[in-house]
Amino acid sequence: MIRTTLLLGAAVALSACAANGGKAQTAASDPAPSGPGKGKGYDHDPYPSTYRAYPGAPTLVTHVTIFDGEGGRIDNGSVLFRDGKIVALGKDLAAEPGVTVIDGTGKYLTPGVIDVHSHLGDYPSPGVQAHSDGNEATSPVTSEVWAEHSVWPQDPGFGRALANGGVTTLQVLPGSANLFGGRSVTLKNVYARTMQAMKFPQAPYGLKMACGENPKRVYGGKGRAPSTRMGNIAVDRQTWARAQEYKRRWDKYEEKGGEPPSRDMAMDTLRGVLDGEILVHNHCYRADEMAIVMDMAKEFGYKVTAFHHAIEAYKIADLLKANGACAAVWADWYGFKMEAYDAVSENLAILDKEGACAMIHSDDENGIQRLNQEVAKARAAGLKGGFAISEEAAWKWLAINPAKALGIDDRTGSLKPGKMADVVLWNGNPYSVYTRPQMVWVDGALLYDANDPRKRPVSDFELGQPGEGDVK
Amino acid sequence: MKRALLLAAATTLGLAAPAAAQNVAITNAKLVIGDGGQPLDGGTVVIRDGRVVAAGAGVAVPAGIPVIDAGGKWVSPGIFAGFTRMGIVEVDAVSTTNDASAGSSPFHAALDVAPAVNPRSTPIAINRAEGVTRAVVAPENSSGSIFAGQGAVIDLASDANAVSRPRAFQFMEYGEDGGRAAGGSRPAAIAMFRNALFEVAAYQRAPASFLDRGKDSLLTRADAEALVPVLRGTMPLLVHVERASDILVVLGLKREFPALKLVLVGAAEGWMVAREIAAAGVPVMANALSDLPSSFEKLAATQSNIGRMQAAGVLVGIGTLGQDEARQARWVKQYAGNLVALGRIPGASGLDWGAAFAAISSRPAEVMGMGADYGSLRVGRRGDVVIWDGDPLEIGTNAVSVIIDGVEQPLSSRQSRLRDRYWKPGEGALPKAYER
Repeated sequence: MIRTTLLLGAAVALSACAANGGKAQTAASDPAPSGPGKGKGYDHDPYPSTYRAYPGAPTLVTHVTIFDGEGGRIDNGSVLFRDGKIVALGKDLAAEPGVTVIDGTGKYLTPGVIDVHSHLGDYPSPGVQAHSDGNEATSPVTSEVWAEHSVWPQDPGFGRALANGGVTTLQVLPGSANLFGGRSVTLKNVYARTMQAMKFPQAPYGLKMACGENPKRVYGGKGRAPSTRMGNIAVDRQTWARAQEYKRRWDKYEEKGGEPPSRDMAMDTLRGVLDGEILVHNHCYRADEMAIVMDMAKEFGYKVTAFHHAIEAYKIADLLKANGACAAVWADWYGFKMEAYDAVSENLAILDKEGACAMIHSDDENGIQRLNQEVAKARAAGLKGGFAISEEAAWKWLAINPAKALGIDDRTGSLKPGKMADVVLWNGNPYSVYTRPQMVWVDGALLYDANDPRKRPVSDFELGQPGEGDVK
Repeated sequence: MKRALLLAAATTLGLAAPAAAQNVAITNAKLVIGDGGQPLDGGTVVIRDGRVVAAGAGVAVPAGIPVIDAGGKWVSPGIFAGFTRMGIVEVDAVSTTNDASAGSSPFHAALDVAPAVNPRSTPIAINRAEGVTRAVVAPENSSGSIFAGQGAVIDLASDANAVSRPRAFQFMEYGEDGGRAAGGSRPAAIAMFRNALFEVAAYQRAPASFLDRGKDSLLTRADAEALVPVLRGTMPLLVHVERASDILVVLGLKREFPALKLVLVGAAEGWMVAREIAAAGVPVMANALSDLPSSFEKLAATQSNIGRMQAAGVLVGIGTLGQDEARQARWVKQYAGNLVALGRIPGASGLDWGAAFAAISSRPAEVMGMGADYGSLRVGRRGDVVIWDGDPLEIGTNAVSVIIDGVEQPLSSRQSRLRDRYWKPGEGALPKAYER
């Protein structure tokens, strides 16, 4: 994974930068004149994660069916995690003293569900106008806005996604009114007083882009560009051309020094994309538009990490594969708008069958509570068509594949030793409608237990209200 | 009778007319009657002239009736979708194809969805293929009135006339939506409601002089006429209401207008006043899995709502208000299955399997007062039957045969055609446009 390596490099550079306050640094051996160095002209991480894992007991789950999230399966297996990390999984792991042992007979154990497309916190419950913080619909290009600055950490939806959906990580994106909607943020699904304390440590940022109906409708309705699909692409290209110029100026300054160029927060984000430090998540429904966007990415030297919603991805599975672009899709949404008219329930299955990178997503505060069932539907559609995808392989659609699309697959998204112990124990087969999460751990800390009302999160908003602390 | 008309129409329109067999017997079934009981092995259901004449274990098949051997598969009544907007919307965001609401119309209660129902709208075929055979279709209100208009019950058959019962009910909004539509508050909604019914009473007394009452009546003649059966109690009044205190206010309307035949829709906080709802004898069409305080009138929303109401003696069916209801009625199977799953969560209230299936078959039909005609395989009901390749509430189970009014239905849709065309995405000797 070349991309992941690049990202990690960027992450290291970022933390180094944060550590010295973003000040210019000149290696003593370099001859003058010299700039602050690549990526060091300004702080790339001014709102750093303050997330800390909660303490957890060393835990061994035994006699359980395991989907490891990368396509592996162990029947009647065991998983051991300790100090927030997966330690081992196998057939017969012995219980050491001091380890909590949970009998998983009849149950299933998986990595935590990862939702690559959520608006929790930005469009929280209650969905009143005062909470509507997901679309900065005042200009088609708002790559300067960051979804994290809208996240309300008291959204009751986070707790539902944890308890009913086993969701341990999610990407919160700006909405799709704009061509360049702004930066996304990846969160651990752990309640906190601040957004920063939910922020997944050193996850790369995403850039939300949108094609199709939404931007042209929103801005065409205001009598300004874009009002057509060709207008969408024209504004996109003009913006990328500006970003290239901005990048050249800053690259030159960071290398050679002199007077720093003017800062432009929108262009900072796009420069990050051109540098491979920020990942593009592109809302796009139609096959023909995705093909155009992939050419546009080549034209300007960036990469689309994932097309989101991607209703027609199945029509161009081969093109997506050739371009290394993923598709994040629903199981069976269709028809609510023109560009969703050609949906099929076999979308995920066809993509996977053709070797393209595919995953489920919710885009919905209710759907995020049942992503396991959405994958069950998508898998069933594939089976019906004759594509024999196994249960364990389909779990990639809500584990390692979204982890890769978020650039965090080196730390979560599967049950590999050394990875974060983000784990769900299900009270049955998670593809059955009759199954629910039994226990959910994030970084090895038990944060939901169906049998313990005290392990049921209640956000500030719900405190003192009717239904506080109820099973939801 | 209706069927004969339909076939004539189908011929005229050049439709692929479905086989007109309204007589059929299905034997060797894992039979679900849909009345709340558990499935019976070795069951038989007999349909004659489009209606169930016998169903159960040890039922004999009369001579001369075509027989389908289910081979031990699950057989159940078709799904009765409790609250939808199917057939009146093709693409939500394309306003010319969306007949759910009419914001610029001077009429409200008089609006009747029946003429808008299009049996060829794509959601009909998609939901039919997944075992949905009947649906409640409601209009949507718009600002200016709490009254949305008159809804229908439709079938999902592949023929030219989908409407089983036109003008089956009146739908109105209370609570947050009703208050805003009426002018800005819940009191405004109540004032509008009381004024309307007083005017309806005046219309009833002297229809000819109603027009002389002038603008002060705040009700058109057509709206007054449409509300007469509501005031008389011959047409159900479905009221969307969520908050516990609002539910009690709606139940209280029966004190002033005793003939009202109320049905609550939504009722997210119904569990908090379940005893009062049961005592009033008012049935509920509830959303199954609402569990977020998505508005201030749903603070206490929980997936246990239906289980708790049913335990308190309320008649509850599953509806899908606000849940992509123009096209995703098929999701009620998944919702019902989730209510079964709740039974394994300590402190939660779910439904057992039989009750969960009834919540998407006989119960919603009974909520609408139509249990004698639809929603189960008890004798006398319409012959809407589905053969499944597994447990119909489980994800991944397919409907292998769908029968409506005793007539076997096609199961293809625009979606299945697209799937077939793109199962192998690459283009072949000719463009995809030639592949079909």
